[in-house]
Amino acid sequence: MFLARGRLCTLGSRPKFLKTICASKILGLSTSAKMSLKFKNAKRIEGLDSNVWIEFTKLAADPSVVNLGQGLPDISPPVYVKEELSKIAAIDSLNQYTRGFGHPSLVKALSCLYEKFYQNQINPNKEILVTVGAYGSLFNAIQGLIDEGDEVIVIVPFYDCYEPMVRMAGAIPVFIPLRSVYTKEELQVIADLCIKYDTLCISDEVYEWLVYTGNKHFKIATFPGMWERTITIGSAGKTFSVTGWKLGWSIGPKHLIKHLQTVQQNTVYTCATPLQEALAQALWIDIKRMDDPECYFNSLPKELEVKRNRMVHLLESVGLKPIVPDGGYFIIADVSLLDTDLSDMKNSNEPYDYKFVKWMTKNKKLSAIPVSAFCNAETKLQFEKFVRFCFIKKDSTLDAAEEIIKAWSRLKF
Amino acid sequence: MALGGMFRNAAAIYLHLVGPFRGKKSGASLARCLHQTLAMTKRLQARRLDGIDHNPWVEFVKLASEADVVNLGQGFPDFPPPDFAVEAFQHAVSGDFMLNQYTKAFGYPPLTKILASFFGKLLGQDIDPLKNVLVTVGAYGALFTAFQALVDEGDEVIIIEPFFDCYEPMTLMAGGRPVFVSLKPSPNQDGELDSSSSWQLDPTELASKFTSRTKALILNTPNNPLGKVFSRAELELVASLCQQHDVVCITDEVYQWLVYDGCQHVSIATLPGMWERTLTIGSAGKTFSATGWKVGWVLGPDSLLKHLRTMHQNSIFHCPTQAQAAVAQSFEREQLHFGQPSSYFVQLPQAIQRCRDHMIQSLKSVGLRPVIPQGSYFLITDISEFKSKMPNLPGAADEPYDRRFVKWMIKNKGLMAIPVSIFCSVPHQELFDHYIRFCFMKDESTLRAMDKKLQKWKDELRP
Repeated sequence: MFLARGRLCTLGSRPKFLKTICASKILGLSTSAKMSLKFKNAKRIEGLDSNVWIEFTKLAADPSVVNLGQGLPDISPPVYVKEELSKIAAIDSLNQYTRGFGHPSLVKALSCLYEKFYQNQINPNKEILVTVGAYGSLFNAIQGLIDEGDEVIVIVPFYDCYEPMVRMAGAIPVFIPLRSVYTKEELQVIADLCIKYDTLCISDEVYEWLVYTGNKHFKIATFPGMWERTITIGSAGKTFSVTGWKLGWSIGPKHLIKHLQTVQQNTVYTCATPLQEALAQALWIDIKRMDDPECYFNSLPKELEVKRNRMVHLLESVGLKPIVPDGGYFIIADVSLLDTDLSDMKNSNEPYDYKFVKWMTKNKKLSAIPVSAFCNAETKLQFEKFVRFCFIKKDSTLDAAEEIIKAWSRLKF
Repeated sequence: MALGGMFRNAAAIYLHLVGPFRGKKSGASLARCLHQTLAMTKRLQARRLDGIDHNPWVEFVKLASEADVVNLGQGFPDFPPPDFAVEAFQHAVSGDFMLNQYTKAFGYPPLTKILASFFGKLLGQDIDPLKNVLVTVGAYGALFTAFQALVDEGDEVIIIEPFFDCYEPMTLMAGGRPVFVSLKPSPNQDGELDSSSSWQLDPTELASKFTSRTKALILNTPNNPLGKVFSRAELELVASLCQQHDVVCITDEVYQWLVYDGCQHVSIATLPGMWERTLTIGSAGKTFSATGWKVGWVLGPDSLLKHLRTMHQNSIFHCPTQAQAAVAQSFEREQLHFGQPSSYFVQLPQAIQRCRDHMIQSLKSVGLRPVIPQGSYFLITDISEFKSKMPNLPGAADEPYDRRFVKWMIKNKGLMAIPVSIFCSVPHQELFDHYIRFCFMKDESTLRAMDKKLQKWKDELRP
């Protein structure tokens, strides 16, 4: 109030403008239609303002809630990863800008690591780009390669940002439901179609190391004819349980990567230097011991498989129907058998699982994420009885979740 | 198949290969390879990248990495951040291990809180950490987010020349149309060195640039590359035009603490009627001499920031946590020392002013004519004498003189600077092609190395 008055005093000679300020501040009306038009958002972000994470992390922020929602490890990253970052924090030269497309020692380490999987050598400067998380790689790839009017096939359910990013590029998402796991044969079908129709492939492989017994991760870019048309995305956050480092990378042929690099030089230009150096050092440690059970790429999936099995068992024991994941650190479960009464939940337009998660967070102090958040409008109904639980959590968190679920089931059965 | 004859007509080749080999799974693998390579030669990049793929820095950065070149080009310090900032970062990476995980998307809460409190006082505004602050990946990321959130196809963006080079491609990538207006030096009467304060906008010319399509004006004060610090009167002119034409002002104030000779930095958001239409951008990298941390921020009204938040959550979503924690702790320290001699924001400009003055004296000795900057890390220097004495330096036919001069200087004199024509629109390059930009945000030892090179140069000039 005081500040507004102060400003009004100095506007003495501008009666028209004074009137506008007075009216809008005191009456709370937007008297200047012209003003509100000019401050409108650019069309590219129209309709993209809501976000499942913003909504649900707010709910789960209550410390009394056991948070199995967001994919955020509450386990410690490996000791040597933390140690590398500590060491690097003491090195002065790493406090200034580094190379925009990726810190030299990091792109070299990534090239060395991934050459083990691809048949070709990977040029660290031309075929790798370091980005702000895998999220940043997705953004750079879509902005760099996808035009207004292009069609982009998105397989449902999908990590929720794919749809808004595709729409922001002015492109049209075409949704196709997933019917089976990505076996080698299914990937070959996708590869054949990409080649036949001369389509690009953006492959988000952030959970590439997290595959469980009896399963293998296949990189579609290694299939014949696919290297030249594929961008493969990886994540430090998911690889080393350091989601807060926000470092990711895109790997692909230079005729595609160069366009992601153009986006980079016009968006963030560079990523943080000390984090990139620490990541490079951590990678070198594990690159040297790829076959060793101590290598984090081997030890983490072992650790998580135990947690996965525990969650599956727990959910089954109370009549929920989990879908056992072959990889990643999430498990989705059909909650319809709990037959929870949600009639008092407001906002009846929301899908069942949104209401269910809000109810569960409030009443059971357990949070998850509604799976319909990972669907387009048309398929939401198919998945609205499913919720997603994250199990990259320390034992005490899973213990607390177990207590809640067991107590809940005792009420029902 | 005669390969030689095939490459005359790419379209024909495509049809030729596609026809027989469509559907074949094995056999003619070479032809299939060719098919794929040629198929991939169709346009791949999105149209929004048109005209913005060229990066003028790459060439010069590469040259600077050659041995024995004193790098006075790129704008980053070659001395450490202050101890308290280094300690803050060390604390952030060795403390609570949960700082290794995601924080809040729009900013690590202790950071948005201290930014709101610190800048609330400076800007005379009640700043809400959740509604009026957005943390970004450097000020660069803040600029990008602002342009993408607000600039639409066909919108005009007024850019004051010379400008930090990313403003133009960011405008273009958003489908906007850059409209340039130049700062021009006032005629120099007495042969003394120019000051950046004498470079001014013509009010009539500036006013003429505003149209009904003008969406935003981008202001940079202290200015890179010129070092100009816009005075209150100059900002009032810009402010009144922005209000009159209902334009958003994006103000890049990354060098706000680096002002010299008692000059005052004025934030346009503090002027009457401006808070509601201004986005004020800042940088931890420039504030704490830690450019590698890549933490920036935007401050502004919720009515504008909500659009930047939408853009942010659909582009990178979160910024790294630990660097934000380090910046928060550093600001908390500065808040305690604010205005006192122990404040980094007091000590830094004092120290850097000495570097500036040292550089100015040294450059004069070889006939370069620096423009004395009121602020920032940079000064520009007039190379007209060299242009008239050595007009034909090696370079491409249409390559502006300053670029050819810089390459010559790197190769022959072991000094690197940046040609000022990089900071101009193409049509106005001749206005600026006799200036090069030096960065004086450098350690004593670097300035001494510069002196050695300049002394050698001076000796070579003697008949």
